[in-house]
Amino acid sequence: MSTVTKKMSIGKILLYIVLVTGVILWMVPIAVAVLTSFRSNDQIIMNGAFSMPEEFSFKNYAAAWTRGDLKTFLPNSFIITMPSLVMTLFLSSLSAFALSKYKFRGQKLLLSIFVGGMMLPFQILLLPVFRISEALGIYDTYWALIAIHTAFQMGFCTFVLRNYMVTIPDSVSEAARIDGCKDFTIYSKIIMPLVLPAMAAIATLEFTWIFNDYIWALILLRSEDHMPITAGLARLQGQYVMDWTVITSGALIAAVPTIIVFMFLQKYFIRGLTMGSNK
Amino acid sequence: MNKRQRQRQLYNPWAPWMFLAVPLIIYLIWVIGPMLYTFYLSLTSWDGLTSPEFIGFGNYTKLFVDRVFFISLRNNAVWIVFFITVPIVAGLALAMALNREIPGARVFKAFFYSPMVLSLVVCGLIWSWMYNPAQGLINGFFRAVGLESFAVGWLSDPNYALGSIIAVAIWRQVGYVMVLYLAGLQSVDPFLVEASLIDGASKWQSFRHVILPQLRPITVVVVVISIIDSLRAFDLVQIMTRGGPYNQTSVLANFMYIESFNNYKMGYGASISVILFIISLIFIMFYLSHIMKEESN
Repeated sequence: MSTVTKKMSIGKILLYIVLVTGVILWMVPIAVAVLTSFRSNDQIIMNGAFSMPEEFSFKNYAAAWTRGDLKTFLPNSFIITMPSLVMTLFLSSLSAFALSKYKFRGQKLLLSIFVGGMMLPFQILLLPVFRISEALGIYDTYWALIAIHTAFQMGFCTFVLRNYMVTIPDSVSEAARIDGCKDFTIYSKIIMPLVLPAMAAIATLEFTWIFNDYIWALILLRSEDHMPITAGLARLQGQYVMDWTVITSGALIAAVPTIIVFMFLQKYFIRGLTMGSNK
Repeated sequence: MNKRQRQRQLYNPWAPWMFLAVPLIIYLIWVIGPMLYTFYLSLTSWDGLTSPEFIGFGNYTKLFVDRVFFISLRNNAVWIVFFITVPIVAGLALAMALNREIPGARVFKAFFYSPMVLSLVVCGLIWSWMYNPAQGLINGFFRAVGLESFAVGWLSDPNYALGSIIAVAIWRQVGYVMVLYLAGLQSVDPFLVEASLIDGASKWQSFRHVILPQLRPITVVVVVISIIDSLRAFDLVQIMTRGGPYNQTSVLANFMYIESFNNYKMGYGASISVILFIISLIFIMFYLSHIMKEESN
């Protein structure tokens, strides 16, 4: 008996040692970035990252924020992300409702188009979308990015919302229909309130996806005024080639919004991820 | 049949299309239309300024003798292999270790999946700094412990550059796979596992023959997602090496971008993306049939 418990506790201790070592190794890159961001570049060049810090200051953050112009790029990211998020969720809820609460010809095909679309390699869309945005006169504006994010993310959102709506018994909407509710009332007053938890989960996930986008900003913007922070960071990398203290500061500033989302909405984030893969 | 008739009486047959109209039009304009248009562009010569000129399959014949195309293709294949295997093994191991009531499990989980919320641009930058040959932490560590020969140019040496980039992608992915397996483990029947242990199966045997088969649906999803993500790989390469040194880290997505937007050979770029699409399509179709099968069950 005592040997069994001893063996178990030794196993547990080993497990903890492995896990703690794993976590430490996993967090090293982030820890190094944080340490570097507070140090002076002269010190880094002299001694490398693998040396004891001698001073701590926020001046690299100030440089990234003002001279690196992250003060423009970070708000831009929100200006692009928030409307895209609202529009894609709204439109997806409409299509998901149609695909889950009605039976009609071509339904399976439409569902396949949305699901297939969410898995497309972006490259197949880059050139035409670039061309369309030019033709519509929205190239190099926020609108081009808002349009493509809204459209592209509809695939995933429609798929997940539709799967969620399917689980709501048809008797709920049928009862409302018999009571004389119009289609749109069933959507807005009966189904949508029930779908809110799923919406919260997808919104959290989609926020980080749209916020973290880089390639579309690269394709659809030329001038720097409208750049989101991902493209702004790439610019910072070119601007401060030899100064990793400023680059790491910039990278950490860019990470803050998604880290906040992660810390406070972790539950929704995880639910969104698992909902997307439950089928 | 009967049910269908009843429903037909219940609602206007055009009702679903009223809900679908706007989303579908936007989707057709920005996603489906462009996809088809790229097929046409791949048959043209186009510099992005003048209008595209039809040239037949010229871009494809050029592509099949382009060395960079084959390097990119090979790199995507390597990417797929490592991006599937390492995160699945590590993610599943972590999920098994953390799927029980041990103190601090939540904190461990949070740390492991935190890289997932960082953008690939941020990941690429903080790892470029880790890999920095002169001042980076990795080489600093090797020099400090006297292993000078291990201090290589992680992103500048053709032998290590691709692996160094894929390692970053894996670092970000492990936590994600862990989360998916943790969700999957919730649906594993604990009685079956217990029964197998009582029947004398070892822990490994019960994992291998009882738990693993029940995780199959999740594994299918993880594999498909990993392949699609590998084929999309762009940001890390763009930030860390731009395909260099000597195109040794080029992947199809970067190759396409460089040809289209740096060299202004947009017709050629389109043909690269068509190839990328066709490869993806195999897995998209597989996934669709997988979903539709579950749908009819």
